[in-house]
This record gives sequence, C-alpha cells and structure tokens, in this order.
Amino acid sequence: MSFIHDTLVVFRREMRLSLRNPAWVVIVLVQPVLYLVLFGPLLTKLPAGTLGGSVSPNSPAGTAEAYRFFVPGLLIQLGLFGSMFVGFAIISDWRGGVIERFRVTPVSRLAVMSGRVLRDTLVLVVQAVVLVLVGIGFGLRAPVSAVFISLGFIVLVAVGLASVSYATALTVKSEDAFAPMLNSVIVPLVLLSGILLPMTLAPGWLQGVARVSPFRYIIDAMREAFEGHYANTIMLEGVLVALGVAVVCLFLGSRVFVRENA
Amino acid sequence: MPIIEAKGLARTFTSRKRTVHAVRGVDLTVEPGEIVGFLGPNGAGKTTTLRMLTTLLQPTAGTAIVAGADLRRNPLEVRRRIGYVPQAIGQTMGGTDPECLVSEELLDQAALYRIPKADAAARAEVLIRQLDLGGLDKRLVKTLSGGQRRRLEIALGLVHEPPLVFLDEPTTGLDPQSRSNLWEHIRGLRADLGTTVFLTTHYLDEADALCDRVFIIDNGVTVASGTPDELKRQVSGDVVTLAVNGAADKARDLLARQPIVGDVAISDDGGLRLNVVNGAEALPSLLRVLDDAGITLHSINLSRPTLDDVFLTMTGRSLRDDSPSAGPAPQPGPAQPEPQSAGKE
Repeated sequence: MSFIHDTLVVFRREMRLSLRNPAWVVIVLVQPVLYLVLFGPLLTKLPAGTLGGSVSPNSPAGTAEAYRFFVPGLLIQLGLFGSMFVGFAIISDWRGGVIERFRVTPVSRLAVMSGRVLRDTLVLVVQAVVLVLVGIGFGLRAPVSAVFISLGFIVLVAVGLASVSYATALTVKSEDAFAPMLNSVIVPLVLLSGILLPMTLAPGWLQGVARVSPFRYIIDAMREAFEGHYANTIMLEGVLVALGVAVVCLFLGSRVFVRENA
Repeated sequence: MPIIEAKGLARTFTSRKRTVHAVRGVDLTVEPGEIVGFLGPNGAGKTTTLRMLTTLLQPTAGTAIVAGADLRRNPLEVRRRIGYVPQAIGQTMGGTDPECLVSEELLDQAALYRIPKADAAARAEVLIRQLDLGGLDKRLVKTLSGGQRRRLEIALGLVHEPPLVFLDEPTTGLDPQSRSNLWEHIRGLRADLGTTVFLTTHYLDEADALCDRVFIIDNGVTVASGTPDELKRQVSGDVVTLAVNGAADKARDLLARQPIVGDVAISDDGGLRLNVVNGAEALPSLLRVLDDAGITLHSINLSRPTLDDVFLTMTGRSLRDDSPSAGPAPQPGPAQPEPQSAGKE
C-alpha cells in the first residue's frame, strides 16, 4: 500500500536524522532514568497505603509499592512530554521548505505526519522499556503483562499527542507561539493527572476537576494493571479514554495535514 | 498541445472578514520545451500563481491543464509530472535539510516518487554529474556553498525526470558567478532533456538572458506576454544617439524626414537622439542618409529598451521598487527608454 510505503519513507528519513544527533540519543536514554532517580526516593519514604493502589493493610510498605505507583505515572509523563514537544521540529522543517517540498511530490500528505509519529512512538516505546528496566533495578515488582498493557497505553497516547502537536505547530508556524501554548496545556495536565502524587490526596473539588484530564483515567488503569488487576471498570475506562484520545487527536491532526493549504 | 494552459486562474484569501484578491485572473500558455519567465514585483501574485500551478494552493476560480493533467480535478497526477524547486529565501527555504547527506536527499526524493532503489541510485549519480555536484554526495547539506546547495535543490526537482519544472526565484541570493553558472545549468535542462522550465524572477537581466518568453503579472493579472524582444519593441522602439561633426540642425531636419524615424531631439551636449521602431534595421539607412548629405559621424549608439522599461510602461512602476508607492505614477504613454541603462545591446 502506498500510504504505508510513504509512511516508512518519512519514518526512515526522520529516524536517520534523529540518530545522527548524539546529544538526542543520550537525552532519550537518560531522561527516563533521571525522573526515576530524582523523584522516586521521595515516594519510598511515604507510609504504606498512602499511594493507593494495593491498600491491603498487610502489604509491605515502601519501595515496591512506591514504584508500582510511580512508574506508570512516569510512563505517562514521558508520553506527555515526549510527544507534545515533537511539534517544534516540524516548524523548522516548514521554515526550511521541507514540508512544501514533500507536498509537491505524489507522496501521501498524511504520511508527512504519520512517518514522524511512527518515529516518535518508537522512541517513546524504547524510553518506556528503559524506564521499566531501570525501575526493576530500583525495586519495582510488577507482572509482565502489566508492562505490555502500559506500553499499549503509551503507544495510544503518543500517537494521539504527537499528531496534535505536529498539527498545532504547523498551524501556528512559530516557536514563540507554540512554546507558551504547550506550557499552558502540559502543566495543568501533569498536575491534574496524578502523575507525581495520587489524586486521592486531593480535596473533593480538585478530584472533581481532575476528572477532566483524560490521562487521569489512563494512569489509573495502568496502576491497576501494575497491581495485577486487569478486568474491572477502571481498566475499561482507561482503555476507552486512551482509544478516544488517539482517535480524536489523529483525526484532528490528519485534517491539518491533508487540507490543501498547510 | 501546450504543457501549461491556464485560464482565469484566481485566488482570494479571506482573513478577519477582509478579502484579498491575491491573483485575479492569470492566463498562461506555455509550449513544451520553452523556458518561460514569470515577472512581477513583490505582491503581484507571482508566488501565489506558482503555488496554484504546483498544487500547493487550490485556485478559487479558473482552470488549468498542467503537464497534461487537470489541476483542479487531478492534482495528484500533476504532482507526478512536475518538478518544483521552492525559493530559497523568504518565508520558506529551498527544501533541503541541513543535517542530511547530499546522497540521502536525492535518494529520499526518489523514494517520494516511488522510484525503485536501484533506479534511484543510478538517477542520483546522473544528477550529481549533471549539476556539478561530483564528490559532494557524502557531504552534509549544511556544508555546501550557496551555489552548490541551490544546484542540489534543482537536482531534487529533477529526480523523476519531469517534463516540466517550476523554479521559484532560482538565483535569488546567489553571487554573480553562481548565478551565471546556474543559468548554464537551466539552459542545459532544455538542451539535454527537453525539459520545459517555468521560472519566476525578480531579475530582468535573468529573464532577458534566459527566457524564450516572459509573462508579466501585476496586481494579480497577467498584463503582457511575449519574447523579451517583442515586449521591448512594444514599449517605444529603440533609441539611436548620434554625435555629428557640426551641422546638427541639418542632420536633425534630414533625419526627421525619414519615415522610419519617430521623434528627433538635440540633446544638451549637441548630440542627436532619435526614436526608431527597429534600431538594428534602421541604422544602415540612417547612415546612408547622413553620408549622402556629407555629414560625418563622430559616434553612434543604439540602445534598446530594457525589460524594466517594459515593466514601467505596463505597470506604472519599476520592478526594482518593491513598494508600489516608491515608483512613479502610472504613465499613460510609452516610457522613454534610458540609453545608459541598456548597455548590453
């Protein structure tokens, strides 16, 4: 299929350009570890049960629980930051005339986006695997299937957010406008999703507000998986929300790329 | 059959409830194998027209057949058949990534046209040779000189051997040597491959030196077209300047009686300045008339109007002025050609 061919052409080009930059490779690999090292130790000191999840009174407190709570949060945070910032690169590509050059060829215009999103998703999966492996080194204990379920969530989040990031960046066409836009979206999302601390600590009104963040549901579902619970409404909500985010964002993103004048 | 045939191509932009008619009605006919120049001041609608013809922008009115495909009904087929080299300055650059190798750019471009890998490698090799990029294929694009990079950008537009290539301001920003070098390559495209070239330019000397035919666009409408010579002849003919040894008045009366001569004036330095329709053909008979009357000539100079004069006549402003207000008021009659600005003849 030509769309797949085109996507792979763009993917290979973008991947090659990324790997050519050694700083980028180092940052991609070190970033997840930094989060784990610099914030993880704070959580292991919390009393048992604070972090929700397995609230069985006789579960051992400390490290394992902390990382079962924290690693899913970090995975989503990685997804949020990793994929929402990708748009910056397309602004310079646009300015360099690269986007226009591609659009005058018979290549699928959607592939200009999908090839990049594929690269970003793959990068994120690699980062997630690094994060989980290092997490195990730190004392994370979780079922293997939970890790795969989490990677599934990460992929959905990355596909959706990266698409929207590219589409938004290509619409505003200015780093100066794009950066504050990102900040005003990401900071509330991170705070309201219960990435760093459980939302159960929040007062009622804040918990209510947090319900608007789609990532809240996804993180809860991932934490359920890490606790070994796969079939309940929390998981169902998480899957539906993640699919919804991916589909809606992909749709919005593609519209920008296939419309005649971008 | 023309390779480009556009009728009434128009594009309006609407922003904040204000409608801007960027292009009001462009008619173009380009035959296969021509090198055609598209001239106009900034904001005349050159780039908008080019973007429409290359499927980057949908026309709001009009029709066009580009390389045998209908622009509005089958833009994908147009894209398969044309090459496009974006301008290398201004809002967007020429389309190459500074971090790519030259060979990667060529192979990626070929992949975008779904050219099989082996063919693509062979094609890249040919282009590297044709555009003097030998030895640069493993260099990063950012290490190329301005002229080399521009040649690479042109090579990218030719990867799929299109019968028609659009060059947007191909030599803008290049030094004079690179410019004339690039002109050679553009001529070579037609000579070696029979490629039709449609280029926009700011430079009148470029249009003059390179193009078989020129379209002039102003205010979103094509106001004139023809070979550079035809256009110049439309303006007011050529100017012949004579310096005679004495007897200037006698010479003036004599020449004024010649049917091929328009106005005759004696300039401040005592020379004669006459307008003729076709200077090159008129000179011999003018010389004979003077010779028969025993008037000896000191010097003679024939100058033809430049495309800038054409431009001034057609649009009321000089192409060199970017802002319309900087130019002179529109002139109803033909402009006077300036002899000193036309030294190339």
